[in-house]
Amino acid sequence: MGKEYVMGNGAIAFGAIAAGAGLVSGYPGTPSSEIIETIEKYNDGGIHLEWSVNEKAALEVAAAAAYAGMRTMVTMKQVGLNVASDPLMSLAYVGVKGGMVIVVADDPGPISSQTEQDTRRFAGYARIPVFDPVSPEDAYIMIQEAFDYSEKYGTPVLFRPTTRICHGYASIDVPQKVAARAYEGFIKDSKKWVIFPRLSYLNHAMIEERNPKIGKDFSTYRANTCEGSGKTAIFTGGISYAYVKDVLKDRTDIKLCKIGTPYPFPEDFALECLLGVERVLCIEELSPVIEEEIQKLAGIHGLNIEICGKRTSDGILSGEYSADTAAQVIHKFMGEADTEKGIDVTDAPKLPMRPPVLCAGCPHRASFYAVKKAMAGRKAYFCGDIGCYTLGNAMPLDMVDTCLCMGAGITMAQGLHWTDADAVSFAFVGDSTFFASGMTGVANAIYNEADMILCVLDNSTTAMTGHQPHPGTGRNMMGDMVEKLNIEKILSAMGVSAIETVNPFALEHAINTVRKMADIKGVKAIIFKAPCIALEKNFNKLHISEKCISCKKCIREIGCPAISIIDEKVVIDEGLCTGCGLCATLCPVSAIGGDDGE
Amino acid sequence: MNKDILLCGVGGQGTVLASKLIAASAMAMGETVHSAETIGMAQRGGSVTSHVRIGAEGAPLIPKGEAAVMLAFEPAEAVRNLSYMKEDGVVIVNRIPVKPVTDSDYDGGVMIDYLKSKCKNLIVVDAEELCRPFGSSKFFNVAILGVAVGSGSTGLDRDKVLDEIERTVPERFLEANRQAFLTGIQLGGNYGVK
Ligand code: SF4
Ligand code: SF4
Repeated sequence: MGKEYVMGNGAIAFGAIAAGAGLVSGYPGTPSSEIIETIEKYNDGGIHLEWSVNEKAALEVAAAAAYAGMRTMVTMKQVGLNVASDPLMSLAYVGVKGGMVIVVADDPGPISSQTEQDTRRFAGYARIPVFDPVSPEDAYIMIQEAFDYSEKYGTPVLFRPTTRICHGYASIDVPQKVAARAYEGFIKDSKKWVIFPRLSYLNHAMIEERNPKIGKDFSTYRANTCEGSGKTAIFTGGISYAYVKDVLKDRTDIKLCKIGTPYPFPEDFALECLLGVERVLCIEELSPVIEEEIQKLAGIHGLNIEICGKRTSDGILSGEYSADTAAQVIHKFMGEADTEKGIDVTDAPKLPMRPPVLCAGCPHRASFYAVKKAMAGRKAYFCGDIGCYTLGNAMPLDMVDTCLCMGAGITMAQGLHWTDADAVSFAFVGDSTFFASGMTGVANAIYNEADMILCVLDNSTTAMTGHQPHPGTGRNMMGDMVEKLNIEKILSAMGVSAIETVNPFALEHAINTVRKMADIKGVKAIIFKAPCIALEKNFNKLHISEKCISCKKCIREIGCPAISIIDEKVVIDEGLCTGCGLCATLCPVSAIGGDDGE
Repeated sequence: MNKDILLCGVGGQGTVLASKLIAASAMAMGETVHSAETIGMAQRGGSVTSHVRIGAEGAPLIPKGEAAVMLAFEPAEAVRNLSYMKEDGVVIVNRIPVKPVTDSDYDGGVMIDYLKSKCKNLIVVDAEELCRPFGSSKFFNVAILGVAVGSGSTGLDRDKVLDEIERTVPERFLEANRQAFLTGIQLGGNYGVK
């Protein structure tokens, strides 16, 4: 294949192919999704590839294959690891035979996530190694090494890129297509593969003895590096290393220590770096993982070193670093003046805010609007969930009262119902999220006799993360057409008392259906079915005629980004409009129509 | 060649294709390239940027004050990212604003005036005018890339960029893209940035 310019996620994918992975599973989540999508493009069937229904399923599928000696990789975003933590914590005791790398993408900022949790911490918690790449190029090599270490120590390992690595581009020497490595197959051994208190007790001791050895091994690993010399040192890792490097350039009066394996910490290596050092600055995003390891080392070895970082408020406490924030932090630490470069923009005019919004023509806008209209004047709670439809929170729709984590909307609607039975409790969930973690919540509602309306916003895709297929789409990652799981049938089999499927753009009917459901007792479901507009092509765009009286109802009520006011006139941007017709249905003077004079 | 190029705009304007074409062309000229994109939730109508770093070994994001060229698809986004520019950097900006639903009284003209007061090398283009012959503002990304290449500020070879356009763009849009690029080149050529 030669050199290719690929995203960091692509580099990880190619690295796994080069390492001979035979099974790759995962669940979509920004910034990790393109790893599996890249493999799909190059897979000729040699790798079993799947979007699992959620991260827990993905990890379990891969774990069993690794028991059989196959090399496996699992991909997810950081909050996905919370879902997969149940199997992970146990798997850490049991171990694996084939190399198993769990890629968990962290999202400092956070740019598209609920939390700023740090997967390096999870490694320490689960007592398994973690690898932290500094660039896409590094990720390509490091993931292959991660497979080797995993096999060497018979343990699953974590691999933790961050958003800027995942979505940074670089050119990679892509290998000739490598087939999955040969593997032995599963060999029955209940003392090894069946977790029991006795096994956990024995393996726990083994792990605590093993980890310092891995730390020693890591002390000579190429990813842990020390450059420069002097009495001050900067400890860093991941993308922060690249920023620090940008700031220090060729400066050699500061020791620059890069930690590629934050757990088990390469103590010998770090101690050597600390020789002759009097002051240390730790530059890392998310949690102070390296900083606390240095503190520990200083304590154990009685080192008289000043350690600065998050604890001392020298480092940033949240959000991501940039070359500029890294420069500020370093200059302050060194007592040097911060050089302001470039154009001074402190006198810039006020800039418009651009919160993310639902696309023009998005069916979710119509679904939310239908529920909002139907509930006008009635007390109702609107529990949201994770997906594009979280954006239903934006003005003027304002239709998301709660959003916590995947699938939580369904169960939180029940919780609110138990506090206020007079209100109508709604849960909005997307199709992919429904399969990932919605069904158990529905079972909970039925079993515990809650009163709620489940609104499944079924747009036939996993839109937010880039349109991945899921069990309801009829296509999987091996390119096979498969039986579609039918949400309506699932709900009816579970015992939902009333189920209706509506087209959200047939607004009248949708509103009436919501009203009807609100008067029925028990667990009801409305499936709002209309495809994501990003999957559609030919649009019959609408425009606004002279009949417009500039009442701005269309702007006030639905907030479609295609409608705006230019030179005092309400206009539709034809580049954006998809002709969904929602605005036309609410215009009081029928000023909005298409070419066919509708 | 060491050159940092920043592209900015609003989700959906096609900044990613333009940045990929820049990276691919620079690589075809034998350069090492790194870049970073905004992907995910922020893409939905939000501010987006692409940082393209030609010849740099460093981090994927451009430090403030180091970008040599900016391709701004929207006037307010140009202002938002202006601190990344070198004082004598070349800013190419589209005059037509994209107004967010929540902020429909924002005035693009004010942004252009501000840019005029701040930039030594400013090229203001009108996406609607530029793209009228091609029937859709979809081609603006390639047109503004043409302006940048035509102005000589990117150091990119126009034929190399054309090759990449041919390699990347689907057949049925190819002619319109080629024309949009060449129109941009011509326009950019009128500005004698060395
Ligand atoms: S028809 Fe109206 S609501 Fe639908 S996309 Fe076009 S402008 Fe927006
Ligand atoms: S609702 Fe109709 S009349 Fe009112 S501003 Fe919109 S297009 Fe004009």
